[in-house]
Formats: sequence, C-alpha cells, structure tokens
Amino acid sequence: MTFLVDLLAATLRNATPLVYGTVGETYAERSGVLNLGIEGTMYAGAFAGFATAWVTGSPLLGLAAAIGVGLGAGAIMALLTVTLGANQHVSGIGLTIGLIGASEFTNRLIFQGGELQRIEPMPIVNPFDGLAGLGEVGAIFDQYALTWIAFLVVVPVAWYVLQRSSFGLEIRAVGENPEAADAAGVNVARTRYLALMIGGALMAIGGAFITLALLGSFTLDIIAGRGWVCVALVIFGRWRIGRGVIGALIFSLIFSLQFRLRILPGFGELPFELLLALPYLVVIAALAISGRNVAYPGAYLKPYRRS
Amino acid sequence: MGVGGAPAGASPGVSPGAPALALRGITKRFGDLVANDRIDFEVRAGEVHALLGENGAGKTTAMRIAYGLTHPDAGQILVRNELKAIRSPRDAIEAGVGMVTQHFALVRPMTVAENLVLGRGSTLRLDLDQARRQTEEASARLGIKVDPAARVADLSVGEQQRVEILKALSRECRILILDEPTAVLVPDEVQALFATLRLLVGEGMSVVFISHKLAEVRAISHRITVLRRGEVVGMVDGQTAERELARMMVGRPSFGVERSPDASQAAHEPILRIRDLHATGTQGLPALTDVSLDVAAGEIVGVAGVSGNGQTELVEVLSGMRRPTGGSITVGDTEVTAANPTAVMAAGVGRIPEDRHASLVGDLSVAYNLVLERLDAFRRGGRIDEPAVRAHADELIARFDIRARPDDPVVTLSGGNVQKVLLARVLSRDPRVLVVSQPTRGLDVGATEYVRSQLLAARQRGAAVLLVSEDLDELLALADRLVVLYEGRLVGQVTAAEADVEHLGMLMAGRGRAA
Amino acid sequence: MRSRFRLSPWSTPVLVLAAILITFAITAGPILLAGANPIQAYALFVINPLTSGFTAIEVLVTATPILFTGAAVAIAFRAGYWNIGAEGQLLLGAIAAAGVGMVVGGWPPIAALAAMIIAGALAGAAWALVPAILRIRFGIDEVVTTLLLNPVALLLVNGLLHGPWRDPVTGFPESPRIAAVAEFPQLLERSRLHLGFLLALAVIVIAWYVLARTPAGLRLRAAGLSPHGARFAGINVGRTLLAAALVSGAIAGLAGVSEVAGIQNRLTSGLSPGYGYTGIVVATLGTLTMPGVVLAALFLGDLTVGASTAARSLGIPSQLGAVVQGVLLLTTVALLALRRYRFRPTRPEEGGGSETAAEVGAADVAAEGQPG
Repeated sequence: MTFLVDLLAATLRNATPLVYGTVGETYAERSGVLNLGIEGTMYAGAFAGFATAWVTGSPLLGLAAAIGVGLGAGAIMALLTVTLGANQHVSGIGLTIGLIGASEFTNRLIFQGGELQRIEPMPIVNPFDGLAGLGEVGAIFDQYALTWIAFLVVVPVAWYVLQRSSFGLEIRAVGENPEAADAAGVNVARTRYLALMIGGALMAIGGAFITLALLGSFTLDIIAGRGWVCVALVIFGRWRIGRGVIGALIFSLIFSLQFRLRILPGFGELPFELLLALPYLVVIAALAISGRNVAYPGAYLKPYRRS
Repeated sequence: MGVGGAPAGASPGVSPGAPALALRGITKRFGDLVANDRIDFEVRAGEVHALLGENGAGKTTAMRIAYGLTHPDAGQILVRNELKAIRSPRDAIEAGVGMVTQHFALVRPMTVAENLVLGRGSTLRLDLDQARRQTEEASARLGIKVDPAARVADLSVGEQQRVEILKALSRECRILILDEPTAVLVPDEVQALFATLRLLVGEGMSVVFISHKLAEVRAISHRITVLRRGEVVGMVDGQTAERELARMMVGRPSFGVERSPDASQAAHEPILRIRDLHATGTQGLPALTDVSLDVAAGEIVGVAGVSGNGQTELVEVLSGMRRPTGGSITVGDTEVTAANPTAVMAAGVGRIPEDRHASLVGDLSVAYNLVLERLDAFRRGGRIDEPAVRAHADELIARFDIRARPDDPVVTLSGGNVQKVLLARVLSRDPRVLVVSQPTRGLDVGATEYVRSQLLAARQRGAAVLLVSEDLDELLALADRLVVLYEGRLVGQVTAAEADVEHLGMLMAGRGRAA
Repeated sequence: MRSRFRLSPWSTPVLVLAAILITFAITAGPILLAGANPIQAYALFVINPLTSGFTAIEVLVTATPILFTGAAVAIAFRAGYWNIGAEGQLLLGAIAAAGVGMVVGGWPPIAALAAMIIAGALAGAAWALVPAILRIRFGIDEVVTTLLLNPVALLLVNGLLHGPWRDPVTGFPESPRIAAVAEFPQLLERSRLHLGFLLALAVIVIAWYVLARTPAGLRLRAAGLSPHGARFAGINVGRTLLAAALVSGAIAGLAGVSEVAGIQNRLTSGLSPGYGYTGIVVATLGTLTMPGVVLAALFLGDLTVGASTAARSLGIPSQLGAVVQGVLLLTTVALLALRRYRFRPTRPEEGGGSETAAEVGAADVAAEGQPG
C-alpha cells in the first residue's frame, strides 16, 4: 500500500514538467510550427527560475523570470520560422543549443562553478490534508502548488482556450490551412507568434518546476531529454491536450516505477541507468505502434506567405 | 444580421438590373502568357451571368482579380458603379463580393460552425450558437441543409460547397462568384445548387457562374460571356443554342502545326494496350472506370475532356506513379500494370506529365536532369562520366533548341524551356510509347508549335503516342483518333476525319447521348 | 517544408561571413556581461589560437570529432533525412570502440585498429537503423526518434561505466584503458593530434567524391531536393534515404571511435560535450557541402580553443562557445531563409503549387514500400 501511494504521488510529481512541456508544444504545433527549442526553453526556464529565486529569495519572482524567458524564447522561434520562414528543425535545434549555452554561461558567471547552491523548495500543499477517511492514501495528494496548477488549472484552461475560444479556433485554423484562415480575415503571423510565446512560457514553467520545487537546486543537464519526450508525447497524443497529458502520466509512471524497482532484489544487479533508459524506449515503442500514419496538422513545418 | 440580408426584391441601394460588379479592361500577364487581355465583364443585380470558356481561357484569373486574390496589371473594378481598390479578399468581402473557389477555403478537420465563425475577431468564447442559428435560417429560407456540428472533412464535396456558399452569405455578400461549382457535384446536387442560386438572384443578388459545361450554363444563366485564350469572344443571351456556344468556346483550329494525313496507322499492331483499367484518385474516390484503349505504332490518340475527369490519374497510372485498382496495361509483350517508373521506362514508355516542374529536380542542372532517368548509362568506373553528361547535354540543347546552359538549374528556366528539357530527356531515348499530358499548357506560341512538331515527329518515327489535352484545337491538329474521358469513363471515340468540334464539345460537357 | 538549401556560389561565402559577424555582434552582450572587452575577446577567440604551433594543432584536435559529425549530418540532410541523432550514434561508436579496444591486446596494430573502426561504424549505423526503418516503412518522424535515442545512448554509456565496465583499479566510473595496440598513433611529437584527424579527412574526401562525382551521390541529392521528381525519374527514394541514414550513423560512430582511441583511450561519460549537436552547426554553416564542413569545423575548433584561452585570461566562461554555436546556427539558417525568399523565382498559378518534401517524401516512401 505504501509502495502504491508513494508510486502514484511520484507519478504526479514527475509528470508535472512533462505536462507543462507537452501542453506548450501542443500549442506550437497546432499553429503549424514544430518547436524543437523546447529542450533549451525548459533548460533556460529551469536555470532562470532558480537563479532569480536564489538572488532575490523569492520563488515567485523565479517563476516570473522563467515565464519571461519562455515568452522570449517563443518570440525568437517565431521570428525565425514565421517572419523569416527559416527551417523549423534547424531553428529549434539552434535555439536549444543557444539557450542551454546561455544558461550554463550565466550559471558560471553567477555561481563561479563553486559548490552546489540550494534554495528552499516550494512548499508541498495537500488540500485534503487531515480529511477523514483518506488515511494513508491521502499522501498521494502531497504535491507542489505547481503540480496542482498544472492539472487543475493549466490543462483545463489550455484545453478550453484551444477547443472552445475563437483564439484557439484561429490557432487550429492557421495550423491546418493558413490560406483559408487568411481568406477569412485571420492574421496568420500574429496568431503563430502568440501560440509560440504561450507555448514557450509553459515549457519554461515546466523547467522551473524542476529547480524551484522538485530539486531546489540547479545542476547541469537538468532537463536530460525531457523536452524531446514532450515532442514525442504530442505526436503520441495526436495533438490533443488530454491524450498528451495521459501520455505524460504513463511515461511518468514508468519513470517512477523504475526508480522503485531498483531497491527490489533481483533488479539491484542491473545498472540503474539501463532502467532509466526504459521510459525513453517505451516512448519510441509507443510511437512505433501508435504513430503510424497519424494526421499531422495540415500546415506542419510550412511557413505561410500570401501569394 | 441574418443570412443574405434583405428580403426578396428589395435590395437597398441597388435597383434590379443595375450593374452590381463590373470589370473594365482587366489585363493580367504571367511571364510570356497573357492570361487576361483587356477583359470587360459585368454582372447585374438579380442575374446569373456565366463566364464560359475552356481551361486556360482566363475565366478563373479574371474572377480571382475581382476577389483580390490576384492583382491585375491594368484595368478597373467597379462595384455598384463605384471604383473600388480590391487588394485582398478582405477588401472584396467589405465591398460585398464573395467567392467560392474551386479548391475550397475550408479548414477540413473543423466543424461547419467553426468554419463559419472563423475570422470574426478574437473573443474568449466561441459564438457557435450564432453559427447554428445562421445554418438553421439558411436551411429554412434557401433549402441549404448542413449540420453545423459536422466536421467538414466528413462532408461530401457537395455539402462542403454549401458551407462555402453559406460562409460567403454570412459575410453579407451581394455578389457571389462560383468557380466551376458543378465540377464536383452529382446531378441531383447540381439541381439543388441551381434552386439555391435562383432563390438568391430572386432576392436581388448577383451570381457569377464560371463553367465550361454548356447544358448547365444554359440552364441557369441569364447572360453568358465567352472567353477564349484570355480574350472576350462575345456576350450572348442565356438561351443561345449549345452548338453556337460550343463554336464560340472552342473556336476553329488555327495552328501552323498539323498532322499529315498520310500514315496508315490502321495497318499497325497496337503497342500500348489498356484493358478494363480502374483506379482511385487521391481522395480515395473512383477516378477511372473500365478504361480500355489501344494505341498503335505511328498513331497519336488524343484524350479529350475537361480537367478532373480522370486524365491525371490515367497518366499517373501509365507513368508508374500510381497503382491501378484493376485491369491491365501492356506495352508490346511486356506487362506494365502497377510497374514502378523504372520498369515502365524499361518497357519503352516515355512520359511527359502535366506537372512538368515536379517531374524534374528543379535545383539540379539541366545536364543532370537530362540523364537522371538512366544514370547507369553515364557511368565510368564508379563515377559519373561528366564529359559524357556534358556532351549529351550540349547535343540535346542544340537538337531541342533549349535556351539554357548545361549547368543552369532547371528552376531558373522558362516554362517552354522546362518542357523542352523534359521532351529531350524522353525523346532522346526513342520511346516506343509516349504518354503526354497537357504538353503546351502555359507555353507561348513559339514553344507550343515546337512541342507539337516534336510530337508529330515522334509519330512519324513510329511511336505510339497517347496525348491527353484539354485543348481541343491541339487534339484536332495532332491526333489521328480522339476519345473523350468524362467522369473517369471513355464516352466517345471518333477518327480525325469524322471529328466535329461541336459534337466533341458536347461529349466533353457530358451531353454525349443527347447529341 | 523540409530541406531546401539553395546553393548560390557567388553569395554563400558572403552570407556565411555575414552570419559570423552578426553572431559576434549578438554575443558581444554576454562578453560585456562577463566584464570583458568584446573586440579583445574575439581577437583571442579567432586569432590567438593560430599564433602558436601548439594551439594551432589543438585547433585540429578539437575539429576532429566535429569533422565527423558535421559530415554525418550533412549527408543525411542532403538526402532530406533529418538525423538529429549523431550524438547518440557517436556514443555507440565509442562504446563499440572501447569494447573492441579492451580485448585486442596482442593483436597486430593494423588488425586492432581496423576491428575498432569497423565495429564503431557498425554500431553507429545500427543506432541509426531503427529510426530510419520507422520513417521509411511507417512514416514516423525521424526527428523525434533520433533525438530520443540520444539520452538513451548516454544512459547506456553510464550504465556500462557504473556496472560491468567500471575501472576495477581506480573504482572511477571509467572503463579500463584500451590495449596499447588499439590506441590511435600520434601524428606529431608532443601533441594530441592523432590518426583520427586523418581518418576524418579521408571520410570527408570520400563523402565529397561520392556526393559530387558518383551516380549514387546524384541520386541522394535528387531525392533530397525533390522526392517526387526523383521518384519520377526512377530513383528508389526509400532505399536512398535508408542508405543515407546508415552512412550518416556510421560516420557519427567513427567520431566516437576517434575520441576513444585518439584522446581518452577509454570510455568516459564526458566523452562528448555535444559533438553530435555541434555537427548540425558545422553542417549548416558549411551549407551541407564537404569543403564547407571542413572550413566550418576548423572555424568552430578555432573558436573552442580560443574560448578556453579566453576563459583563463579574460575570465569569460568557456560556455560562451555553446552560445556562439547556437547563435551562429540561428543566424545562418535565418540568412539562408532570407536568401531563398528573396531569390526564389515565382511561378504563376501553374500546377498544384509547391510540393513539400515531407509530404511527398512520405507518399513516395509509402508507395515504394508496397510489394511488387
């Protein structure tokens, strides 16, 4: 029982950065732009959040800094791919290299490569704390505020805006058929800029969650491919927010499970890194099975210019 | 404001019969091609005015200009007698002009209601109820029945067209342009569309009806303006006889290049044999049904028909680019049904498809494109025999009068020279069978004559030529025998001697049995 | 829109030079932030490494792995195959090289080196195989799968180093040293320049020859430039993509061999500071041509050596190198896009509009995947 409660709590916790990242990438791709800058944006969000919180002592200011960095990263991606029509693959990789480099550069400037600095992690809140009848199970709901916000605010609001608001309609339209959207009077470039910037802010929050809440510190290679996982989850979720979140939970469950398997006899013999690789392999396998002939957004990878 | 605006008969500001939209001296060139040459056209309030002409006559270009999708080189647009600068679809919409283009401007994965409200400005909430009310109102008033909650991709093309019309009406348009609206419809749907159009003009709206189908044009139009090669041939009454319209639309053969009536093709065995061919189009719908055809050595067989009747699929199947769903194709004794391009070429088939740019690699040089089909013949040891490639290019450039250097990327060439590169690549291999589609579309007169003379020379050398063209003049000038493709079936066959322009025009317009 | 790098010889050097200058202008910000003079810093970055024999040779040493990965990426991109997995393929090559290198003690040196090189190339190609098959048979985007395999490869390295291959003598997470016969010989006395550099140049010369001079190379270029046009001319686009992917993986694997046999002499987890990703910068900056790759790799090698000097003498963190790389990649790709936009001739509404390689490629591949 403790094992299961512990596992489920860890699943929600570890899924949190993936949920932010997947929702953010979904916004970008639904507008027609593949944002491979996600890995770097999460990294920069993680660093900017941590550094700001460390300097000011305020995790909230750290979060605000991460959001600012994310908006900026989205805007740069938009400038390259929307305004200039540059290749989206190369632009995204360049953004990731540049943002990781800039974060590590600044990290070096501020912390001089000295010993690991720590901040007080954001507190854990449990709205059901002390609720009679939950007993041991209540520990599942010991979560960070950013986790609660991810599942209870960001996911439903992002879904509502995308599916039920006219702004979301415009995002989906420019991602499917920019010619038709343009003919109907939608400003294609403006819509894609906004989608990329909102998406970038969400990715950066996902990164900041790791430093501000999960770890309370910043280490090199802190994102470790989580951004790439989000890109895969978007395809796995077929560009639907709900399915993407389910994918994030499944990935996180496997990720959290392998951590706990290590202490079991029999598994202890295996180097833990091999178990760590398991979730990535599961994602690739899931793509190989469910990603066949999926319908990409109609204008995926295509810049738009009125003829 | 509801769909369509004012009630029947009382359109504010426009008295019935006054010109609602007028084009004055519209001229548009694309490179060497004059798509519109001083076009004058007008449509009155309360009328359906047809724009009739063959493919490439300039009908669509003229109306794209009226809707702000294309910018004219010269000329004026007047809306309700007022000079208007229409630079974008948004300007057109504001002036009360709506257009249903041939390729619908709809977002396919979205619902009908979503498509209707798209572009009405950003709000936090989608007013899909408004869209629902509009569709209900339209359904009650105009008989346009669409489910607002349906996904556009799930609708038939006829239903999609109704959504497009509804979209234009919901933007309060007073002048509705329809580009080949019946091309995608089945007969029942055509009748429903016509009923809707009659209701709309009854309310004082204006409709511009672009088509090449004689019967339909006569059935719906008050007046007809006929275009040929970018020029207005004349404007006639809607009741003008089909024969007269066909004559105006097609004109008479007027090209210098003509087939010599000598070859005794009947004596030859057929080389290309097509039997009971079936194929589906890109959208999974049947595109070819039961097509059987022979082409003999030294014979040009012309395939006439308006675009979208299966010509593209026929050429793709014969080129090895599309798999047929049934039937067989043989070249001599070699079966090439469902063969890949390499096998098709090995059987002796030369291919010149309609999309000539996509059939070459634009960023590669002329010289490389000329040898791309048979690189192994230009190999010395493990490497490309560059001097041989170069010599080959020099020879073909001279022989086919290609105005380019061997190293020029194909993408920098004019349309005529691109076509010559393709011709040279194919004809230099002396093919037994030649599959050619729209070989002169978009070319200037000089290039056109050159291409035609080359096709005749191939016939003279004993090639079996299948020539697909929407240009009846071209077919009459070149083909020994003509077949007509209509809705994926061969609906008629005539020899060059018996060929009669008006009769062919009617076959192409689906009026074969009535004639 | 997949790849469309139009090469217009008269302006390519100008364009790349402009990208470098813009990059320097942008990265002046971080240098000022670090309290240094940008002009002085750039002098250190670019010129200083070339002023002494030792540092000039270090430039070649630093350029060696990215010569491999740059060539690997350029070949794949030329074919329209987006291999972003050179990093993982490099690591697999390194694992194979270390594995072979540890057991070939007593072999003749030629045999030992050949075994290691072949094993590394095969391992890199094997790591590239699964994404390539998924793309060609099922249309699954190779970008995501090649990317995801990069962290997996790193975990594999770490798993080996914390498990079976942990150095029994020191207990450090490093593999035991490879056999002496398996070490790449040094090319110059008292320098780190090793056989890997010559191997990289040989690979690039061969790649250049194949791409520019052979039918196979022309087919690969045609498939990348216009999958539809290539298929129409009878080229098997699916097979071409597969070959490009495997060759790309093999060359990236050689980068790993070169680092293990030439520099580290063992498998370490810090073997590659992102050489696979730097390969994308090198390939793009070199406009996907082999001579361009050589120039770009040497330039980035120069910058990297200069950055470490600058770190010591001016106190600018050497991580600036990564910032420069990222900005350089972005400015280059932006300028290439700008040129294409400005100089691409427009065609009037003819045919069905422009094809996209992604779509056409998938359709082509699907059609070719069918039997018969």
